[in-house]
Amino acid sequence: MDQANVGGYHGIPRWIYAIAAAGGLFVLLPLAAMAARVNWPQFIPLVTSESSLTALGLSLRTSAASTALCIVFGVPLALVLARSNFRGQRLLRAFVLLPLVLPPVVGGIALLYTFGRQGLLGRSLEAAGLQIAFSTTAVVLAQTFVALPFLVVSLEGALRTAGGRYEAVAATLGARPTTVLRRVTVPLVLPGLASGAVLSFARSLGEFGATLTFAGSLQGVTRTLPLEIYLQRETDADAAVALSLVLVAVAVTVVGLTYRRPTHPGQRSARTGSADGGWNEVAR
Amino acid sequence: MTFHMQATVGARGFDVGLNLAPGETVAVLGPNGAGKSTLLNVIAGLLRPDTGRAEIDGKVLFDLDGGATTWTAPHRRGTALLAQEPLLFPHLSALENVAFGPRSTGTARKAARESARTWLAAVDAADLEARRPAELSGGQAQRVAVARALAANPEMLLLDEPMAALDIHAAPLLRRLLKKVLAGRRAIIITHDVLDALMLADRVIVLEEGRIAEEGPTRQVLQRPRSRFAAGLAGLNLISGILTATGIRTAEGSEVAGHQDEQALPDGTGPAGTAGQPGVAAFPPSAVSVFLTDAHGSPRNSFAVTVTDLEQHGDQIRVRAGGMSADITPAASADLGLAPGMTVYFVIKAAAVAVYPA
Repeated sequence: MDQANVGGYHGIPRWIYAIAAAGGLFVLLPLAAMAARVNWPQFIPLVTSESSLTALGLSLRTSAASTALCIVFGVPLALVLARSNFRGQRLLRAFVLLPLVLPPVVGGIALLYTFGRQGLLGRSLEAAGLQIAFSTTAVVLAQTFVALPFLVVSLEGALRTAGGRYEAVAATLGARPTTVLRRVTVPLVLPGLASGAVLSFARSLGEFGATLTFAGSLQGVTRTLPLEIYLQRETDADAAVALSLVLVAVAVTVVGLTYRRPTHPGQRSARTGSADGGWNEVAR
Repeated sequence: MTFHMQATVGARGFDVGLNLAPGETVAVLGPNGAGKSTLLNVIAGLLRPDTGRAEIDGKVLFDLDGGATTWTAPHRRGTALLAQEPLLFPHLSALENVAFGPRSTGTARKAARESARTWLAAVDAADLEARRPAELSGGQAQRVAVARALAANPEMLLLDEPMAALDIHAAPLLRRLLKKVLAGRRAIIITHDVLDALMLADRVIVLEEGRIAEEGPTRQVLQRPRSRFAAGLAGLNLISGILTATGIRTAEGSEVAGHQDEQALPDGTGPAGTAGQPGVAAFPPSAVSVFLTDAHGSPRNSFAVTVTDLEQHGDQIRVRAGGMSADITPAASADLGLAPGMTVYFVIKAAAVAVYPA
C-alpha cells in the first residue's frame, strides 16, 4: 500500500470498529480466561516436569522436520500450480488444499491406510524393514499432511503477485531455468515463502487429531505437546492449563518473530511487494 | 550472416516476416494492439508462434513448419530483452544485476563483475554500482537495465518502448545513450515516438493489426508515409485513393489535386507512379486553411467537413475534422467562432499536396 496514505482518509465506518473489537475479544478472551486459571505458584514445576519437557521437545523437533518437508514438497507444488498450465491443474489444487478443510482425524485414518502395517505402501515398507505407523516419523508425516496446504497457498499467492516478468528477462539474459529459479524466483518470493513456512510450523505445532490417529500417544516417541495437554486434562487440570499457556507462548513467539510485515526499502512498487499477496491468499 | 523470421500467431491475428542485416537497427511502430510486443516475445522465445521459422546467423531459433519442429529455449537464443520498466532484480545491487547475464552463462564471478563495471561505465552509471534498484531513479534504473542487456553480449537486442516510462528529462538522456550503444548493433526497438525512429533506427516497420502495413528507410517512411499511422507520426494528413493525371481519386469519388513529386528521395527510389494504381495524397496541417464558406477555385482542394475537436498544438490551434487536421492561429479560430459540430471548409492549395503511389 502507498505509504503516503497512512494517516489519511481510510473510509472505515465507525461501527466497523465495534464489530472488529468484538471479533478480537472473541479470540483474546478465552486466552485470558485460561491465563487466569493458571496455578502460578506451581507453574514452573508443572511445565518443567519430565513428561512436559519431553513432549515440548518432541513437538519442536517434529514441527521443524515437517516444516522442512513442507518446503521440500510445497515449493515445487506451488511453482507448478502458479506458473504452469496443464489439464487437471484445478483438480490438483483442490486436492492439495483438501487437508485445510478435512477433519484431521480423517487425515490420520487416510495416512494409516497408506503407511500403516496393512496399508497401501506400508506393506512394502514393512517388507523393507521400515515401520512408520506409531513412530516419530508418523508424527512428522501427520503434521506435514495438515500443514502442507498452508505453505502451498501462501507461496502460490506470492508467486502470482510477483508475476513472471523478472523470470522472462532473466531467461533472455541467458539464465537456465534452474538458475532463474535459484537467483531470481526464490529471492523474489522469499517473504511469501517465509510466512508460509511459519504458518506450516505453527499448524504442525498444534496438530492433534491426525497425530493421535496415525501415530498414537507414546511418551517420548509420539506424544507431542497437544497430546500431552489432552492427557493431563483428565488427571491434572493445572498441568494442562500451564502447558496450554506454554504452547500459546511458543506459537505467539514463532509467528511474531518470523512473520512481520516487510519494511525494507525494496518495496517501492507493487511488483516487488510479494509478501502481502501470500498472506491475503491465506486469509481468503 | 543475417536474422530472418516468419511467424504467425493465430489467436492474435499475427503474421509477420522480417529480415535484419548485421548491425541494423529497425524501429517498429504501430498502434496499441498491433502486435509489436508479440513480435518481440516470439523472437525472444517467450511466446510460441503457431507456424513459422526464424534463424539468426545460421542458428535456428524456431522451426515449426513441417514434421520435426525445432524450438530453442529463450536462454539459448542470445536475444536480450529490454522492457518499458527496467525490471532490475530488486534483491541484487546494480553491479550484480549487470553481472547477471555473464554469470548465468558461466563466466567466473570476478570476470563477470569486471565486465559489469565496464558496461556500467559505458552507460554513465559507474557510481551507481552499489545501489539497490529501489534506490535508483527511473532513468538511472533504465540505464542500468541497458548495461545489463548489453553485458549479456546478445546477438540481437530487443527493446520494448524503453523510453515510455521515463519522465521528459530522463528520456533524452537515454535516447542519446541508446544512439551510442546501438550503433553497429543488431536491434529491434518498439516505440511510439517518431524521434526514436529518426535517431536510432536505420529502417522503420509499421505494424497494423498484426501485419506489416509499411516498411522502408526511416526518412522515406516519414517523408512519404503510405499508412495512416505513419502519416500521423510524420504529422501529415493522408488521403488514399487511385492515382489520376492531376492527383488522386478517393473511394468515395472525390478528386484531390496535387503534384507528383518528381524529386528523387535520398535513397534513390523515385516517387513517380502511373495513373490507375493506388496512391496517397499527403499534406501538412499547416497547409490547410479553414473557411466558413466554400472557396473553390483551381488549383485548390476544398472539403466540406464537420469539426470534431479543437486542441492547442504548440502556438497554433489544431482543428480536427473529417479525419484531417488543420493548424490555424488562435486569432483565426476566434474570428471563425469554431466549435465542435460546425461545418467548415478545409482548403488546400494543390501545390502543397504531395501525391505518390501507395
